[in-house]
Amino acid sequence: MALDSKQDDRTHQFKVVGTRPPRPDGIDKVTGRARFGADMTAPGMLTGRILRSPHPHARITSIDSSEAEALPGVHAVVTRADFAHAVADAATADVLDNCMAGDKALYDGHAVAAVAASSPAIARKALKLIKVDYEPLPHVTDVDAAMQPDAPALHEGRANETVPAGLSPNVVARCAFGHGDIEAGLAQADRIVERTYRTEATHQGYIEPHACLASVGPDGQADLWCCTQGHYMVRNTCAEILGMDQGQLRVTASEIGGGFGGKTTVFLEPVALMLSKKAGRPVKMVMSRSEVLRASGPTASSSVDVRIGMTKEGRITAGFAELRYQGGAYPGSPVDMGAMAAFAPYDLENVKTVGWDVVTNRPKAAAYRAPGAPMAAFAVESAIDELAKGFGLDPLEVRLKNAAREGTRASYGPTYPAIGLEATLRTARDHPHWSAPLGPNQGRGVACGFWFNFGGDTCVTLNITPDGTVTVTEGNPDIGGSRASMSMMAAEELGIPYDKVRTVIADTGTLGQNEVTDGSRVTFAVGLATIEAARAAKREMCRRAAQIWGIEEEAVVWEDGAARPAGPNAGTHPPMSLAEIAAIASNTGGPIAGHHEVNAEGAGVSFATHMVDTEVDPETGAVKILRYTVFQDAGKAVHPDYVEGQFQGGAAQGIGWALNEEYIYGADGVLQNPGFLDYRIPVASDLPMIEPVILEIPNPGHPYGVRGVGETSIVPPLAAIANAVSEAAGVRLTHLPLSPPKVLDALKSK
Amino acid sequence: MNYQAPTTLKDAVTLMQGDTGNCRILAGGTDLLVRLRSEMEEPDTVIDIKRIAELDEIAEEGGGWRIGAAVSGVRMAEHAALVAAWPGVVEAMNLIGSTQIQSRATMAGNLCNASPAADSVPAMVAAEAVARVVGPDGARDVPVAEIPTGPGRTSLARDELIASIFLPAPQTRAADAYLRFIPRTEMDIAVAGCGVWLALDAAGTCTAARVAVGAVGPTVRLVEDAGAALVGSKLEPDALDALAEACSAAATPIDDKRGTAAYRVHVAGVLARRAAVIAAKRAGDTT
Repeated sequence: MALDSKQDDRTHQFKVVGTRPPRPDGIDKVTGRARFGADMTAPGMLTGRILRSPHPHARITSIDSSEAEALPGVHAVVTRADFAHAVADAATADVLDNCMAGDKALYDGHAVAAVAASSPAIARKALKLIKVDYEPLPHVTDVDAAMQPDAPALHEGRANETVPAGLSPNVVARCAFGHGDIEAGLAQADRIVERTYRTEATHQGYIEPHACLASVGPDGQADLWCCTQGHYMVRNTCAEILGMDQGQLRVTASEIGGGFGGKTTVFLEPVALMLSKKAGRPVKMVMSRSEVLRASGPTASSSVDVRIGMTKEGRITAGFAELRYQGGAYPGSPVDMGAMAAFAPYDLENVKTVGWDVVTNRPKAAAYRAPGAPMAAFAVESAIDELAKGFGLDPLEVRLKNAAREGTRASYGPTYPAIGLEATLRTARDHPHWSAPLGPNQGRGVACGFWFNFGGDTCVTLNITPDGTVTVTEGNPDIGGSRASMSMMAAEELGIPYDKVRTVIADTGTLGQNEVTDGSRVTFAVGLATIEAARAAKREMCRRAAQIWGIEEEAVVWEDGAARPAGPNAGTHPPMSLAEIAAIASNTGGPIAGHHEVNAEGAGVSFATHMVDTEVDPETGAVKILRYTVFQDAGKAVHPDYVEGQFQGGAAQGIGWALNEEYIYGADGVLQNPGFLDYRIPVASDLPMIEPVILEIPNPGHPYGVRGVGETSIVPPLAAIANAVSEAAGVRLTHLPLSPPKVLDALKSK
Repeated sequence: MNYQAPTTLKDAVTLMQGDTGNCRILAGGTDLLVRLRSEMEEPDTVIDIKRIAELDEIAEEGGGWRIGAAVSGVRMAEHAALVAAWPGVVEAMNLIGSTQIQSRATMAGNLCNASPAADSVPAMVAAEAVARVVGPDGARDVPVAEIPTGPGRTSLARDELIASIFLPAPQTRAADAYLRFIPRTEMDIAVAGCGVWLALDAAGTCTAARVAVGAVGPTVRLVEDAGAALVGSKLEPDALDALAEACSAAATPIDDKRGTAAYRVHVAGVLARRAAVIAAKRAGDTT
């Protein structure tokens, strides 16, 4: 087949891509028909529950579960001793230790034992009968305190080779990025801002708690249904922890009630499998909200020192940041990504970042939407704002003056191809929001943000059914409308209507390896594979048409949903539509399908500029968000509703992080607010209508120019809001969240 | 767990009297069901009072209003005469939770839950509301202020329940208001709360005032100095300052996850000032 020359042209006139059809999962979700993690059941199913440590740090000297095991209705009790298989990979060994504590409980809420019983009431009773002897140890939950040489140590010998000798064993990794000469750059500055910025740990706040149903047969074949962002990851991790063959464990992802990165690892699944294996019955586990907050994976808290120099004309002469993130009880805070993203929006001669990964007595951090970047952007964008305002310069113009563009060497190494930062800044400058008047006690803030985006291992199979409709089979849980987007890209490529395509999320037995739904990768990578799978199907359909017409394959093209003869010797055969070819496929060689397997590269980086108006109550310190506009480059918006939803959702989560969300630990090391009452995510009435402005600077790495959009939108809000509140309050705020007592204290200190 | 849903008050009292375990009254359930779900509590018996017809009424009584223990906040808000008479009490009740919660939650339940941060209680105390307590020996009337004795504790005997709450007849040129501070705009618990009732003369001078603060001590507190600060004034800045200072002085909060003690002390005064201005505006609008 000769591919239509327009197919790779990103100025292509799209017919389906860019429209806003209804989402295929919409009716199920609003009627309650959709099945989420906790909706799965199986005959003979038991209830699994976890016993959790009340101590932030304690040696587990013994566990006696004999009374619990003797309780009628209890079918299995599991402790770490049951996980006898040696896990070779250090990161996976940490995942196991996080799912079920070994020698020590490392944080309030750490799992120490689990039961499977015939009813929730019996399971609850059984937990109370398990006797755990703890030897409480000193604990530390603050990142700066944990770095002190005399801080209580969680582990010994976990620091990697990047960490200089003589530091606390809690400091487990160091990273550094940048180029140029910071001191020389600072010497050229007319003014230098040097400050420390801090943020508290926040949780993704997904509405659906973790849930799974595990069933392990006596023959070793196992099935697992769970709520996850990546069931292939669940399969691989659980198989390694339990010592199973990956092929023997089939994992099916449920519908997912939010994840935002928090469901890119496992918490319950290995425990449920072990309980099921031991009990010989299916076991279902569902976390309570309190368990979700205490023992799933919030993001890091941070402490960041920044030094930035600027000329009075607004040119940044040097930028330095030292970032300290605690990622909970195990190595792996996202400080490296924060250190890479901190100055990524700017074209700087002299830039350096140093990151420190620190362990504390808190739950193991998981990914949270652009992991590590929002805190880094908060620090850097706050300092730039302070410098710009100090010189009386327009903060958008200062950012434009320093903006990274095509050819800029990024602070973290690579040289950018075509990127959209300047477009977002110019659009922001020209938007009516920027010139709208402000009232008393009000302030306006702006900030930029960057995210890498990701591709990764991806498999898609596209099947043509006998009646000429199309099924796309992919392996990534649909967390942001991706089934609609895949159907749209398949329809676009095949030249058929959107409603002739249905996309399904397959279990792990159906396709090869698929990377987790993370890194804003799905519309990019799965979309790319869907387009390639559709092209493979088109080639086969052209071949079938050529066979029917008795002409060369090369003399057939695919246009407007049909195979057509083309070229001087092709003849004048009437076009054959997809449905016509499908109807006789059995007679022309059999069923028709296309598939594509790839480690997708070329995920284009993404930038955004956010603008926000706030009002501060001078008597109470309460902050109100008055107006919010998001300007972001989407490359190509496949389904603009979903792109806008991602822009708005990132801003909404950023507003929560900036204003009221925080993990609050008492002096006893126990989490004080494990519930949505006192862990304050914004409610609808806290938010204005967030206006999304989509810019489309095509990504050269995708056939339609798509860039990931899911994460960048949470990077600027912390800084944009802090800049707006600082202006409204007349005092620079450097410690998030900007909760009313903190803002009032700042007002009083003026 | 034994669930009972009697249809008469007498049966409810008999059930309570006969119960030897942990017995809980279920009205709207917006506190009790949350505690059950979070496993903070496992009662032996739950007595649902929503099927007792007389507890599900708002009835006029000598110009005042008797509100049954099973009446939801939303029903209070839909009762135009009650809203006109006691706007502060009704608005306090309907600051609680979400629309769904307000459709279930009851004022008697809010009182019996005995949270220091209960929103309706400062408003009721400022209104001089009276609870009708029913037990084996019959009924007794108790000022609302005397029901809570500490966080989670009340003066009710174990076989007593609140059947209704009485709000007295409104006076001319008098009105109430309630404000609370929360970090969000709704669905939150008061960091501080303040209920104000005041009466004005024809010239707009305050002739009587009652001010109660919530969430700044173990129980809601009537602040007599705060009321006195308003009497004789036309709510001039000095009087409002004195009101705010009296409320802050009466506040004995703790530092906790919802706010520092110093912050709560300060905000109690801010709220008092703002609530007094609203109440005075409402009082001036009545004739």
